[in-house]
Amino acid sequence: MKLVVNGEDGDFNSGLTVSRLLIEKEIKMPEMVSVEINGQILKRNEFDQRTLEEGDKVEFLYFMGGGSGA
Amino acid sequence: MELDDRQIKRYSRHIILEQIGGAGQQKLLESKVLIVGAGGLGSPAALYLAAAGVGTIGVIDADKVDLTNLQRQIIHHTEDVGTKKVVSAKNKMLAVNPDITVNTYQHWAMADNIREIIRDYDFVIDGTDNFPAKFLINDACYFEKVPFSHAGILRFEGQLMTVLPGETTCYRCVFNSPPPPGAVPSCSQAGVLGVLAGVIGSLQATEAVKYLLGIGELLTNELLTYSALTMDFRKITLKRNPNCPICGENPQITELKDEEQVECDLDNCEC
Repeated sequence: MKLVVNGEDGDFNSGLTVSRLLIEKEIKMPEMVSVEINGQILKRNEFDQRTLEEGDKVEFLYFMGGGSGA
Repeated sequence: MELDDRQIKRYSRHIILEQIGGAGQQKLLESKVLIVGAGGLGSPAALYLAAAGVGTIGVIDADKVDLTNLQRQIIHHTEDVGTKKVVSAKNKMLAVNPDITVNTYQHWAMADNIREIIRDYDFVIDGTDNFPAKFLINDACYFEKVPFSHAGILRFEGQLMTVLPGETTCYRCVFNSPPPPGAVPSCSQAGVLGVLAGVIGSLQATEAVKYLLGIGELLTNELLTYSALTMDFRKITLKRNPNCPICGENPQITELKDEEQVECDLDNCEC
C-alpha cells in the first residue's frame, strides 16, 4: 500500500495502524507528535485503532518549544 | 500623520515598493506589535520591526542577559550580560530607530497579566521558549482576538505558523495540550544552531509586517517547517480542528489559565 508520509512516498503493509507506523518510522515517543491524516488532526487516543488506507497523506507534527531564554 | 523629510529618506526602500508606499509606511508607524520573549526569536524580530518603523513595539521578558544567550540572541551584546533583557532590547531598538516607542514589561507572561497587555496590540510574536507560554499566548490571543505568529526552534530545525484566532487553525488545533513531562527537550538541554533563531524570528517579523499592511498571503492554515541541515522548507497544510479545546465546536477552555511547565529528561528521549 502506498502512503505519503511527511511528503515522501513509501510502501507499507496494508492494515497498518498509526501506532505501528510511528514504530516503523522509529518515533519511540508518540507523545512528541501530533498526527495529521489527509489534513485532519487525529485524536491521540485513536492512534492504536486507526488503520491507514492506500494513498493516505500522513504528517507528523512535532512539538518544538525553544525560541527564547536559557 | 504626514511623513517628514527624514522619514521619507529613512523608509525610502519601503516607500518605493508598490505594495507599501507612503500610505503603507504610515500604517506601520501607527501599528503596535507585542513581542513575547526577548531571546533568540525575539531578537531579530524586534530589530527588524524597529528598523521597519513599526511605531509601537512591546517587549515582555523577565530575564537578564546571560553569557550563554549571546550565541543567538543578537539584540544583546557582550557588555549587556547581567542587564535586564527588556532594557538591553529597548536600547538597541531605539538606537536602530529613534522614531518608535518601545514599551517594556519586565515580568513573565502569565494568565493574570497577559490579556490586558495583548489587547493594546495589533499583532503578537511568540518568541517564548517553553510550552506553557506558547499555549498561554495561543489562548490569550484567542480570547482577545489578536492575531499572532507562533514559532519553535530546536537543534537544527524550526517551524512557524500564523494564527487569526477564531478564523484559522490555532496552536491547540494541532497540539491539543502541552506534552507530558519528559517528552520534549529545551534548547539548553538539546542545543540549537544560533542562526536558526535568526531565520525563524525574521520570518515571524515578515508575517507581522504583512499582516499590518494587509499584503500577500499569510502563513495561516499551514505550518512551515525548516531544516537547516538539509535546507528544506516544507509547508504542511492544516485545517481547523472541530475537537480543538479552545476554538472547536465544544470548547473546554473558557477562561485563561497557566499550563504547568514540562521539560525533557534527555536520557529517555530520542527527539
